Amino acid sequence: MIDHESLRIGVYVCHCGSNIAGALDVEELTRFAEGLPGVALSRHYKYMCSDPGQELVKRDIVEHRLNRIVVAACSPNLHEPTFRRAAEDAGLNRFLVQMCNIREQVAWVTEDKADALTKAEAHLAGAVRRVAGHEPLQRQFVRIVPRALVVGGGIAGIQAALTLADAGHKVVLVEREPSIGGHMAMFDKTFPTLDCAACILTPKMTSVKLHPNIKLLTYSTVESVEGSVGNYRVKIRRKPRYIDEDLCVGCMQCIDGCVFTQAKFSNAFDQGLGLRKPVYLPFPQAVPPVPVVDPEVCLQIARGKCKQSCVEACGERNAFKFDQQEEIEEYNVGAIIVATGFKAFDPSVIEYYGYGKYPNVYTSLEVERLLNAGGPTGGKLVLRDGSTPKRVGIVHCVGSRDANYHPYCSRVCCMYALKLAHLVREKTGAEVTNCYIDIRTPGKGFEEFYNRVQNEGVQFIRGKVADITPAAGNGDSPHLPERPSGCLAQMGTVPFSGGLVMQVDDTLLGSIRKVEVDMVILAVALEAQADAGDVRRTFGISCSTEGFFLEKHPKLAPVNTANDGVMVAGACQGAKDIPDTVAQADAAAAKAMVLIDSGQIELEPNTAWVDEEMCSGCKTCISLCPYQAITPDEERKIAVIDQALCKGCGTCVAACPSGAAKQHLFGDEQVNEELEGLMNYV
Amino acid sequence: MSEPFKPKIVAFLCNWCSYTASDLAGTARIKYSPYARIIRVMCSGRVDPAFVLKAFGLGADGVLIAGCHPGDCHYIEQNYKTIRRHAMLRYFLERMGIEADRLRLVWASAAEGQYLAESIDRFVADVQKLGPLNWSENWRENGDRERALEEIVAEHAETMEVPV
Amino acid sequence: MSDLPKGKLALYWAASCGGCEIAVLAINEKILDVAALFDIVFWPVAIDAKVHDVEKMPDKSIDVCLFNGGIRTSEQEYMAKLLRQKSKVLVAFGSCASEGCIPGLANATSRRKIFDTAYHNTPSTENPDRVEPQTQTAMAEGTLHLPLFYETLRTLDQTVPVDYYLPGCPPEAERIWDAITAIVESNLPPPGSVIGAETTVCDECKRTRNEKKIKKFYRTWQVIPDEDSCLLEQGLLCCGIATRAGCGSLCPQVNSPCIGCYGPNKGVQDFGARMMAALSSMIDSNDPEEIDQIIRDGIPDPVGSFYRFSLAAGHLRRAKVGSRG
Repeated sequence: MIDHESLRIGVYVCHCGSNIAGALDVEELTRFAEGLPGVALSRHYKYMCSDPGQELVKRDIVEHRLNRIVVAACSPNLHEPTFRRAAEDAGLNRFLVQMCNIREQVAWVTEDKADALTKAEAHLAGAVRRVAGHEPLQRQFVRIVPRALVVGGGIAGIQAALTLADAGHKVVLVEREPSIGGHMAMFDKTFPTLDCAACILTPKMTSVKLHPNIKLLTYSTVESVEGSVGNYRVKIRRKPRYIDEDLCVGCMQCIDGCVFTQAKFSNAFDQGLGLRKPVYLPFPQAVPPVPVVDPEVCLQIARGKCKQSCVEACGERNAFKFDQQEEIEEYNVGAIIVATGFKAFDPSVIEYYGYGKYPNVYTSLEVERLLNAGGPTGGKLVLRDGSTPKRVGIVHCVGSRDANYHPYCSRVCCMYALKLAHLVREKTGAEVTNCYIDIRTPGKGFEEFYNRVQNEGVQFIRGKVADITPAAGNGDSPHLPERPSGCLAQMGTVPFSGGLVMQVDDTLLGSIRKVEVDMVILAVALEAQADAGDVRRTFGISCSTEGFFLEKHPKLAPVNTANDGVMVAGACQGAKDIPDTVAQADAAAAKAMVLIDSGQIELEPNTAWVDEEMCSGCKTCISLCPYQAITPDEERKIAVIDQALCKGCGTCVAACPSGAAKQHLFGDEQVNEELEGLMNYV
Repeated sequence: MSEPFKPKIVAFLCNWCSYTASDLAGTARIKYSPYARIIRVMCSGRVDPAFVLKAFGLGADGVLIAGCHPGDCHYIEQNYKTIRRHAMLRYFLERMGIEADRLRLVWASAAEGQYLAESIDRFVADVQKLGPLNWSENWRENGDRERALEEIVAEHAETMEVPV
Repeated sequence: MSDLPKGKLALYWAASCGGCEIAVLAINEKILDVAALFDIVFWPVAIDAKVHDVEKMPDKSIDVCLFNGGIRTSEQEYMAKLLRQKSKVLVAFGSCASEGCIPGLANATSRRKIFDTAYHNTPSTENPDRVEPQTQTAMAEGTLHLPLFYETLRTLDQTVPVDYYLPGCPPEAERIWDAITAIVESNLPPPGSVIGAETTVCDECKRTRNEKKIKKFYRTWQVIPDEDSCLLEQGLLCCGIATRAGCGSLCPQVNSPCIGCYGPNKGVQDFGARMMAALSSMIDSNDPEEIDQIIRDGIPDPVGSFYRFSLAAGHLRRAKVGSRG
């Protein structure tokens, strides 16, 4: 029950500079507040969140014996903690503070000043009535599990895991592919410094494997995540490799010994441009250096009939385990870093670029593999017929900055296209033509690299390529005979490949140009992983409209998410290059450490609880809780809510037929008071 | 000229998706109707049917409930309970003679500031078409009540004057 | 008890069936104790005191007034105001005074429709001149007055401030005696409280309860319920989950769902909302169309099912005037 007699509410209306004061009459709003029940004083101030603003609140609490505070300013998501702390500093329980959102929900979204004032008054009356119903609460804390989970073993996950582990924290790193390394391991060189990707990545991959604080789980996926910040229970599904990781020494003799003398299955790591055997290592520097068996094509597993020459080759190490099954492992962790990376845009949906139709149209990622010394051609850039291209066209913004595909700029394509142009020219001496909409080089050393590539004689045409067609007189069948599913045929096996014509509207010349080339490289967009939606649900985070994971705040909390214990790093949060990814990974690791090192976490204050007198044990609520926080006490015929498990959604409170289920801060009393405030004054 | 009808609408926004979407609409300076008065709840599953009925009883012309998209609830599945309660409430409101369209459930993710603003605009426009609800007028007796009461008082006062 | 000075007691019957009057007598010989403790100064159904007698009493001279029935007419409103003025403690006695009860369920319809039914449309009505009650009828001897029949029934506390509530349709005899004892011994909860249990009927119900997930609602005539398990879990609209305990779960004991006559539990304002909230939460489907189907097929009369006793006290108080007649 509200003791109206003793209420002394202080109301503070923030101008937020001109953000609020420019959109509504703050003085009038302050006067309006004076007339609300229980209000002892009402003030307005330029910046309530500033030190003097907070000092004002603190001083008033003491001098005017205020026992409730309402701050009409920005969203509670921004400054609720600020004013709760200020109140606490002045000796007032921090939960006797209510924020009233008149910036994001009124000032910034309302055209008319009078309308804005009315809405602000309604919100303010709601807040004043509501805060009258607030009760002082004790803060509750639980211990944090001192271990982090990193999901994704690309450069982001590797960096985050190493940073955490180097600081002495236990880390579980999960990667769904047989090896860590991610996209970066596929690249030949990295822009703008042209470091060899493997040279800078491989040592980190090895460190991960050897680090005593890192538990590396490759070929594994996160099945489910339960619990909450500080205390997650994670189930990890481990796919069978059919080779025991602990027994295998990485000698690779099994691969040589396989009954298949020739590699004949498409290697996904090489973008289908290379072949592998049923037992294979995706790439030479793979970590862990343990081969994996493809159960679909391994004769022993698929048909149960093979002379098992691989097992023979393995010898007394005896690492083969053909009966290996999928396993679920469970880990408790306190913080999670999601670093699941990106997917390269599949350009075959843009029909006029002829990808998958014309053999010599490649994606940038395919060309990365061709240029890579560890790739399917040993680093030789060749056409499908095995010959070296003399003229190469690079098409920018494929799938990016295009309303039909992705409206956003993928940020890295200009730079990697310049890098590819440089490498192609360096390796083949071919004439390289870049067709671009705009060249975007906003990074350290980027513009300089652009200048360098220009000086190297690479051609640039400002215009979007509208069509790619076979060059005239280039035979009857420029088409790929048949595109093997999931891969393009091995290099050098397609007997014919014709020249291509890129048609581009040169916006600087103001004319249509037709450029004949031997090879087209499509600088494809970076997009969200195909299963980003599932991953998001598993970790309880949100996606932005483009499908990338949503950070808590675009500026001030760029690696945090709506789920307090989950951080994001790398391209899963948005397209970005390696330096930005590494920086973000370190930031995510730092945030995970902030959490873990704090040792304890405050529980949601707004938990539900049961008035035992009023509860009749009807069990309406039991099955409504997704966290199993409510259990029936059969003896006492009541429901009991575990305060550590309750997340404070209030669904059981809304359902309770006897009114026995209550909620801190969002109880019937507070919400009903707020409703009356919203409706009854203006 | 008569004032255009400015409806009073109560909008329950869940903290994680739609309230955040409304913050985003603000940050993006998207202008939308000022007639929705916003009340923050942790989850759309907290929206007790009693709150909705109380809002109408207090004079709301419409009630909007906004939550995370189905399958995306911050609390895993609690917005499905909102779907159920919303269905029950609409059915009940119809029977009470309140147009069911005065209650609307929308899903807006934390990224959908624009969509939330548009949803509020659409709902306000639809409620404006329905006109004012003015529910409390509904149980106010007309002037006959005062007259009838006065008559009784007068009649009794008259007889009171008869000495015992 | 009998050493105390005798108090003054009044009882009144407004818009109700009269069952509450009978319930007072159901305390049997204890009525003699009541008579020993109190002078009954006003009780139209039982003693010959007139309204004028009450009007002449000094304000607050009645110690306790047990007022049953809702406020449907101008006369009832007058009496409620008069008795409030004259009584120290005004008790809303029974469901009608507390929350409107069955007379309040008439708020689902309109005065016009009530009159059509009562004075014209029932098969046994013979009213060729279509006579209806008038507030004033001029006669040769003077004008005759009848109270005005209101459009909307109000609860007692929507008319005058009420000190205590005694729920039930009617209140159980033991609960009445408990209340009288509490009044006499000045052992009362804070003003505004309901005198009664603070839990719901399930607390007194012996049936076993498991998980509440419902795929289909049934009406009582559609199934013969199992006698041992929760009626609601069998799909019957049992209101025991939301209804204040105090009756000893009379209806569920005889295999019949609770209809909610004891009103909502402590602090709950809208009984029907509690039932709707709980019941809809239990529906075992996430598909909006199926949910709608389950609700509309199984609950043909949501207003009557969830607000049989409490429509007038709910947030909406009544259906839209003119919407159903």
